[in-house]
Amino acid sequence: MTLSDLTQRTSEWLRGVGPMHDVVISSRVRLARNLAGMPFLRKCTPPQQQEITDRLREVILSANLAEGVFYVDVAAAGTLDRALLAERHLISRQHADAKHPRGVVISGDETVSIMINEEDHVRMQVLRSGMQMHDAFEKINRIDDQLEQRVDFAFSDRYGYLTACPTNVGTGLRVSVMLHLPALRLTGELDKAVHAARDMRLAIRGLYGEGTDAKGDFFQISNQITLGRAEEDIVEEFLTQIVPEILNYERKAREALLKHNRVEIDDKIFRALALLRSARRLASEEMMALLSLLRLGINLQRIDGIDLKTVNELFLLGQPAHVQKIHALRGGQEGPAATLPADERDEIRAEFLRRRLTEP
Amino acid sequence: MMKKKCDKCDKPATIHLTEIIDGQKIEKHLCEDCAEAEGITIKANIPISQLLEDFVLQTVGEEEVSTAAVTCDVCGMTFSEFREHGQLGCPNDYEAFHEQLLPMLARAQDGNTQHVGKAPRRAGVAQQKQIAILRLRSRLKQAISAEQYERAADLRDQIKRIETAEPERASE
Ligand SMILES: [Zn+2]
Ligand SMILES: [Zn+2]
Repeated sequence: MTLSDLTQRTSEWLRGVGPMHDVVISSRVRLARNLAGMPFLRKCTPPQQQEITDRLREVILSANLAEGVFYVDVAAAGTLDRALLAERHLISRQHADAKHPRGVVISGDETVSIMINEEDHVRMQVLRSGMQMHDAFEKINRIDDQLEQRVDFAFSDRYGYLTACPTNVGTGLRVSVMLHLPALRLTGELDKAVHAARDMRLAIRGLYGEGTDAKGDFFQISNQITLGRAEEDIVEEFLTQIVPEILNYERKAREALLKHNRVEIDDKIFRALALLRSARRLASEEMMALLSLLRLGINLQRIDGIDLKTVNELFLLGQPAHVQKIHALRGGQEGPAATLPADERDEIRAEFLRRRLTEP
Repeated sequence: MMKKKCDKCDKPATIHLTEIIDGQKIEKHLCEDCAEAEGITIKANIPISQLLEDFVLQTVGEEEVSTAAVTCDVCGMTFSEFREHGQLGCPNDYEAFHEQLLPMLARAQDGNTQHVGKAPRRAGVAQQKQIAILRLRSRLKQAISAEQYERAADLRDQIKRIETAEPERASE
């Protein structure tokens, strides 16, 4: 498995299936852990950081956690490869941009990734397509058990699993869902979702772009409380209280659009499709907005012949690092020259989308 | 207690932002007017990354200078250093800064200050031992930087001995 292979396929979690897939793109669960008897990253010397990386790589790779696991030495990887991993949500932006010794173990289907030396020594995550939080949690819990048979994690009876930042202490558990909320934006009701999340002490943020000004109408909602609640309760509360409510708002808004603004919404959807099929230059922000409408059109059954999987895939493959990587693999230059000017990137992106959406 | 002034004018800064740009930490301290002029609005919902920053900053005004100097004797982290970067230096900091962290934790964790979730299945290395190892490691670090190689080798042996002793390990 190489990073170039990754660009040839979609991540498993973007398949566009799973419960509630009309609104819930994916579910994610992550655990933060640190090795016992080691300082947190900030107070580690570079040799200690290397020691942690080597030790954890060996432990994780030998634990047989998933099919086809492979290791990427993130510190040694090029800028483009690191950006690619971040776009696929296999590492965080911070992890991509850091300078110290670090790495990531990834499962063959990309649903499991374990970052070594992110903010904590270990940041493991499981991603699932659609709403599959229980499944994701069970998987990560098993992985944690397996690792705990091989290493000791810093733990105190009072504070639970000890993390570099106290906002993660206790369970070290962060559960989140990626939601597609185009109708709430179109009907001007996004505040509903934001307030519902805030009342539950959950964080909501745009997935691309800052704050609630989300590009492409994607939002990530996650828990903030990690201490004083059992893992199962955190997952359950998240699943039963918040997500159905927001889901319901979005579905109602979609129904309302169809009922009262059918022509207007059709116009938006088909213009988006036409642009995607004919544009000669597409910036990633514009692409996100257009694909969001296209995705809505498919979910409202206004468009057929294009499936959700294709659209989810295009969201990913149209991201900047992916565009460059695909271009490089098609015979463009590799290496430093792969950093294309934005104009050229927008051209390649437009051509790529055009082909994918017009081919039979 | 000195109040920070706004970066742009002389009014007291009420909005404190930390941005990471190209891996560089940039701090901004602005008054509300200048923040608004910069297009920064105070958002109702706070991303997790900001949460700590916020509760750390909230407490600054309430604190005495002596608090900032509280130091973890294992890793050398001071409380003011933690406040500045938002990250602790070692597991022992939760003990060393116990008094200062408790109110912050309560605020960030909905009043919770006691873990009730999963615990490691096997006993693992007992807490006191974890701290003992940490302490030895920090001495080892100092020994290496002072080029005291004999002492370093000795410390390595001690660490190994404690790590491999593990009599309280549950047989699973
Ligand atoms: Zn000002
Ligand atoms: Zn410490």
